[in-house]
Amino acid sequence: MRQFSLGWSLIRLYTILVYVFMFTPIVVVIVLSFNPKQFGIFPMEGASLRWFIKLAQNDSIIGAFQNSLILGSLTAIISTSIGILAAMAFIRFEFPGKNTLNTLLLSPIMIPEVVLGVALLLFLRWLQQPKSFALLLIGHVVLTLPYVLLIVQARLVGIRKEYEEAAKSLGANAFQTFREITFPLLLPAILAGALFSFTISFDDITATLFWATAQNQTVPVKIFSMLRNSISPEINALGAVMIVLTVTTPLLAGYLSRKFSKFKP
Amino acid sequence: MKSDSWKPWALLAPSMSAVFLLLVIPVCFVIVYSFWLRAPSGADIPAFQFGNYAKFFEDFFYPKILIRTIRIAFETVFLCVVMGYIPAYFFYRSTTRYKQVFLLLIMLPFWVSFIIRTMSWINIMGDTGLINHFLLKIGLIETPISMLYNEFTVLMGLIMYLLPFMVLNIYVSLEGIDKSLLEAARCMGCTEWQAFREVTLPLSLPGVSAGCLLVFVLTAGTYLPPMILGGPGNDMIANLIFKRVIGTLDWPFGSAISVILLSLLFAIVWTYNRYLGINQIFKSFQGD
Repeated sequence: MRQFSLGWSLIRLYTILVYVFMFTPIVVVIVLSFNPKQFGIFPMEGASLRWFIKLAQNDSIIGAFQNSLILGSLTAIISTSIGILAAMAFIRFEFPGKNTLNTLLLSPIMIPEVVLGVALLLFLRWLQQPKSFALLLIGHVVLTLPYVLLIVQARLVGIRKEYEEAAKSLGANAFQTFREITFPLLLPAILAGALFSFTISFDDITATLFWATAQNQTVPVKIFSMLRNSISPEINALGAVMIVLTVTTPLLAGYLSRKFSKFKP
Repeated sequence: MKSDSWKPWALLAPSMSAVFLLLVIPVCFVIVYSFWLRAPSGADIPAFQFGNYAKFFEDFFYPKILIRTIRIAFETVFLCVVMGYIPAYFFYRSTTRYKQVFLLLIMLPFWVSFIIRTMSWINIMGDTGLINHFLLKIGLIETPISMLYNEFTVLMGLIMYLLPFMVLNIYVSLEGIDKSLLEAARCMGCTEWQAFREVTLPLSLPGVSAGCLLVFVLTAGTYLPPMILGGPGNDMIANLIFKRVIGTLDWPFGSAISVILLSLLFAIVWTYNRYLGINQIFKSFQGD
């Protein structure tokens, strides 16, 4: 009868209130993006697509979107590739200093992004290189690598070594074994890692603000510079597009992977 | 299989070199730079002196910001525990088929950019924002209350950013509790509340403390909520770094402040690891 007790009702009510707290601001951004007014926030005066049209006509915003998409995709590809290799080393081999190295690779999670931002920029300055797209890319790879590693490692632990050994005993070489056995079994984690690193890269602002230039803006940096004046329906519209994009992608990917996944070890 | 010993190193080579080249060496540069001098012309002069650190501690201006950062971080941790434990417990005990949906929902803010989550509070608490609009409409107030740009709004922004981390950490440790322990406690005559207090709560503490550490570290290193939702008196230490490095291009002093922030966090993480172990933190990211 627990589900009907007073205590449980209070717990449920509390949880709902926390949800309201967390989601009201996000929902309001989406609602306000249809606000036709130029100034102020509420009350809304009808609904229009005016600001979305204005966004689509703004070259610098389109450019920022292109940058963000390319950056996120490249980050995901690089991070996931080197993350898989590292995860294989940690889970499938024994070697001296393993735990220390694992902690080192995970350490960017615990180092404040501000410090990462300053450090990489300082290093670049010492090398006398200008800020560039490459800086954003390598920076985002460092930011996302630990997450990929954690996700892939967790899955790899669950894949029994015997499958790989069986393949090898049947004559497959290391690459064939990986391609035919490990990779398919690992695929959900690889996709999750890639998606995670894409969204982290796509959404990141704290470190990116140190690395971006006027030519290499990402969407969050663009939003930041637009906020200097004040909040506007245009910013809300841009925010709404970002929210829809970064929220539906993982949901869709999760749905598709569940629908099509044939490998359930 | 002695001949295999090179293999893990080959596999690790790309990621290790990335982290060494792009993290370890740059952080060393920050430490080295923190001892350099800044010429009046703005050029950086290699040196070994503690002037940048002396400048930080010479009067109360900078230490006050450091103390404020620590205080705000503790406040955020406290609020996240208070707001996060009950929902995590709800997910853990809930038997509805919507449990997965609830869990997914609390993770959704992770996917929304930090800048959007931060600025979204302006829509809520601005002079023409949701709350003022509502209060005006029902006639409770006649002129809008000015609610933005203070420590409270900064805290709201921080909670919005960090609460999912806390919920996730607590939930993961709750899920790890052997449910037969609870049944045993109930069989022995414990009430629901006693069973929670004597079994569930103590066993979930590792998750709570992991969440606290994570929230503390992330709060202490962020500058966005104070920048967007705070007033002039709400700057935290990361804001100081941002202003020195991006604003005035004072690299040596900016580096020294970064080292101070890093040392503070290192001391906290080291102490935590010494007594509680750090690995719990990473569990929450691994999902299923």
